[in-house]
Amino acid sequence: MDNALQVKDLCAWFGEHQVLKNITMDIRRNSVTSVMGPSGCGKSTFIRCLNRMHDLTPGFRVSGEVFFDGRNIYTDRIDPVLLRRKVGMVFQQPNPFPRMSVFENVAVGLKFNGKKRSRSEMADVVEKSLRMAALWDELSDHLDRPGTSLSGGQQQRLCIARALAVEPEILLMDEPCSALDPTSSARIEDLIEDLSDKYTIVVVTHNMQQAGRISDSVAFFLLGELIEMDTAAKIFTNPADKRTEEYITGRFG
Amino acid sequence: MHAIAFRRRAADRATKVLFALCAFAVVLPLFLILFDLLWKGARELKWTLVTDLPHPVGEPGGGIANGILGTLTIAGLAMAGGIPLGVMSGIYLAEYGRGKFASAVRFSVDMLAGVPSIILGIFGYVLWVLPMKRFSAWAAASALAMIFIPTVVRTTEEMLKTVPVSVREGALALGIERWKTTLFITVRTASAGILTGILLAMARIIGETAPLLFTALGNQFWQTGLDQPIAAIPLQVFNYAISPYDDWHDKAWAGALVLIGMVLVISTAARYIARVKK
Repeated sequence: MDNALQVKDLCAWFGEHQVLKNITMDIRRNSVTSVMGPSGCGKSTFIRCLNRMHDLTPGFRVSGEVFFDGRNIYTDRIDPVLLRRKVGMVFQQPNPFPRMSVFENVAVGLKFNGKKRSRSEMADVVEKSLRMAALWDELSDHLDRPGTSLSGGQQQRLCIARALAVEPEILLMDEPCSALDPTSSARIEDLIEDLSDKYTIVVVTHNMQQAGRISDSVAFFLLGELIEMDTAAKIFTNPADKRTEEYITGRFG
Repeated sequence: MHAIAFRRRAADRATKVLFALCAFAVVLPLFLILFDLLWKGARELKWTLVTDLPHPVGEPGGGIANGILGTLTIAGLAMAGGIPLGVMSGIYLAEYGRGKFASAVRFSVDMLAGVPSIILGIFGYVLWVLPMKRFSAWAAASALAMIFIPTVVRTTEEMLKTVPVSVREGALALGIERWKTTLFITVRTASAGILTGILLAMARIIGETAPLLFTALGNQFWQTGLDQPIAAIPLQVFNYAISPYDDWHDKAWAGALVLIGMVLVISTAARYIARVKK
């Protein structure tokens, strides 16, 4: 099986408080993996471990291994900056850069990653990224508008375009729809399905219906532990663990 | 019932009027000052005021052109050193400053901001004037920089702290290095606020008089070098005002009018930037 990421015995602490306990999971290339579970179960912490976003958090500590392209991202002299160019991230709250236009928002990752590019190359990347994020048709005539002037759903797709522009292999999405209305959420879901042909996508979600619709596999987290991980069909119809069943039938969480 | 409602409304209104009167009393001096300056300064407010050198007593005409140039020179020097130092220290405090050193810096900067300006003037005197054996623009600029820098450090820090963490995270998640994130994303996001802080600090130092007494000294003629005594508007106003001559008093008023005009223009620009560029 071709895995984009392999997580082995991952534990994480904020100070003395352990938030992840021996997580082991394989994430298949070009698939959509949902990470599901009640609030505080460690699912956001988990995906932020996959691109080392916690590096600057005081008191944060991990143990275990995360393999990306055959190398452990926590030990094998991996530069977190280069890692994050390969493992992009979309956040819960759309966070386009203030005081930057739509164009600049998409171009910014490339602009600062060292390689010189001509204006027309830059424009090509911006167009391609906005097309992939299904924003080009709406915004092709408004590239100079401030990114923050868009609607919430557009802002989130702008953030997706921005992440795609640096050509990652993996896209981590931390509850990308939870701040959006149902229509915008549906568009993001469509987008996730389209993107899964080319990208490996890991989505944290609260929404079980959403997880069922978009995922190839679903991981269920509870109190910092991975309870089980299987295909979406299996998890939602015939979960192996009683706690998963209780969660999806709405008995807690 | 009605009586109670009436009393309650009367009390409401009385409180509101009291607060409004206090607010009015606070801004009243500004308008009195402006009115008085316009009234008394307008007489000497001629074109030659800003183009000519001062004339000797009794000789009509003359201006404060050398003072205007001197003030701009000193303030410019203070800012040339103060902006990079102040902004970078502010960036350090906001983006990296978590430990004891940062707390110490923060505390010291606040202390420096509270040092009476006359003492900064004496400090400039000891630091520059005594060893160089002459008054100079350098001495004046370094005294003013010590007033300028603390304000810039703290406003830069405050403005950067208003930039949401999500902006920094968004940039880091794109694989942008931390120093680039700080300089080109975070600072850019806060740039209007930082610029406003710089302008307000500039407005503040332009009018400072005490630090110049021991450093710039003043000069009746055009400045000849940065290591020479230099004229400044506040010094000219001071010297004209304490003189026994009526025509010099008029020039003091006119100089004060020019000074407050500069300060108002800068402050207004600062407010405009703060509002529009948000």
